[in-house]
Amino acid sequence: MNQEEQVKLMGLWGSPFSKRVEMALKLKGIPYEYIEEDVYGNKSPMLLKYNPVHKKVPVLIHNGRSIAESLVIVEYIEDTWKTSHTILPQDPYERAMARFWAKYVDDKVMLAVKKACWGPESEREKEVKEAYECLKCLEKVLGDKLFFGGETIGFVDIAADFIGYWLGIFQEASGVTIMTAEEFPKLQRWSEDFVGNDFIKEVLPPKEKLVAVLKAMFGSVTSN
Amino acid sequence: MAERSESEEVKLLGMWASPFSRRIEIALTLKGVSYEFSEEDITNKSSLLLQLNPVYKMIPVLVHNGKPISESLVILEYIDETWRDNPILPQDPYEKAMARFWAKFVDEQIYVTAMKVVGKIGEERDAVVEATRDLLMFLEKELVGKDFFGGRSLGFVDIVATLVAFWLMRTEEIVGVKVVPVEKFPEIHRWVKNLLGNDVIKKCIPPEDEHLQYIRARSCVLSLGFV
Repeated sequence: MNQEEQVKLMGLWGSPFSKRVEMALKLKGIPYEYIEEDVYGNKSPMLLKYNPVHKKVPVLIHNGRSIAESLVIVEYIEDTWKTSHTILPQDPYERAMARFWAKYVDDKVMLAVKKACWGPESEREKEVKEAYECLKCLEKVLGDKLFFGGETIGFVDIAADFIGYWLGIFQEASGVTIMTAEEFPKLQRWSEDFVGNDFIKEVLPPKEKLVAVLKAMFGSVTSN
Repeated sequence: MAERSESEEVKLLGMWASPFSRRIEIALTLKGVSYEFSEEDITNKSSLLLQLNPVYKMIPVLVHNGKPISESLVILEYIDETWRDNPILPQDPYEKAMARFWAKFVDEQIYVTAMKVVGKIGEERDAVVEATRDLLMFLEKELVGKDFFGGRSLGFVDIVATLVAFWLMRTEEIVGVKVVPVEKFPEIHRWVKNLLGNDVIKKCIPPEDEHLQYIRARSCVLSLGFV
């Protein structure tokens, strides 16, 4: 089916949420126009129009209509474009498991890592332990599979993009260590395969740029 | 089309006063799926619950043919994909995305914010009420020209938003604040009336008196107002 209508994506260059959508689009071979949004500076009238509820990115615009919330967008992409790369399995139970673990990444892992790296010093040890436990859970879920999605990159892999790429950089910039190769051999291997994938590689933000921005942010946090 | 055989076992671990548990019962009942309900004492969790939901240790948990699924929104989608009668989610990808968006909004924004009302007084409480109303305004606008969020019949968002209709709005009496006054939210009030006109909803929501008693008792210990 030919999609004449152009796909636009409003995003933020360094955001793992924004990148989830780009990964899905790339994996499915969908061309799109990317619009960088100055979310933390001046939110554009376009952003306020297309995501009045949250005023955040990513926002996908297709056929003149907008969709917000990264995992909702990824499911929309999966539902709309039936290409050879499927992001979710066919079986309802497997789909439920994929959605469960993707939600787990968002609700538990992302939050725990954020608190561990950014939270107050007094809470650091507790938060690092919490994040460590969450990651251990994922380590088990991954097991000996190539990707969370099995042979190919799937919904959970995309949801866990932060762990695959950003976490290491966050650890470097903040000086907080949660995940090491020794403690997490499976996640380590997975992250290397994930970021090594041609489609994923294409959209990842440059490491040096991220480190610089994060170091500046963490620098200001620790000096407070 | 899913076939129903004798060996197909559907079990729901839930709690009678939980909006998350009740929404699963609504979905199963809408689709005519028979299930065994197992009431969980959330203050004294059973070993079965801990075994079936080791990650969150919470209800609801749906067990189908021995396989457990947790997280109410995940369960709802599983139910819709497994039993195809009376679809809950729309077919169209965009409409489906909107349904998922609003369901997330109810759970992650409205519920989280509104919960903070309990145990707060004075200015702090007023701020929470104001914040909740701002969020509810989005739902109010969504209902214009529609009988239900799902359109002419009950859908995914309606089922999820029963949390607003029968939990948030029921706690108004106890909290002593009209969080959802009819003057400000005529569409939401109209929608609640539509819900109450539906047999499945009527059957599946907690009985009002018992429910209010329960909420009152829980609020007294300044715990969560809904569960």
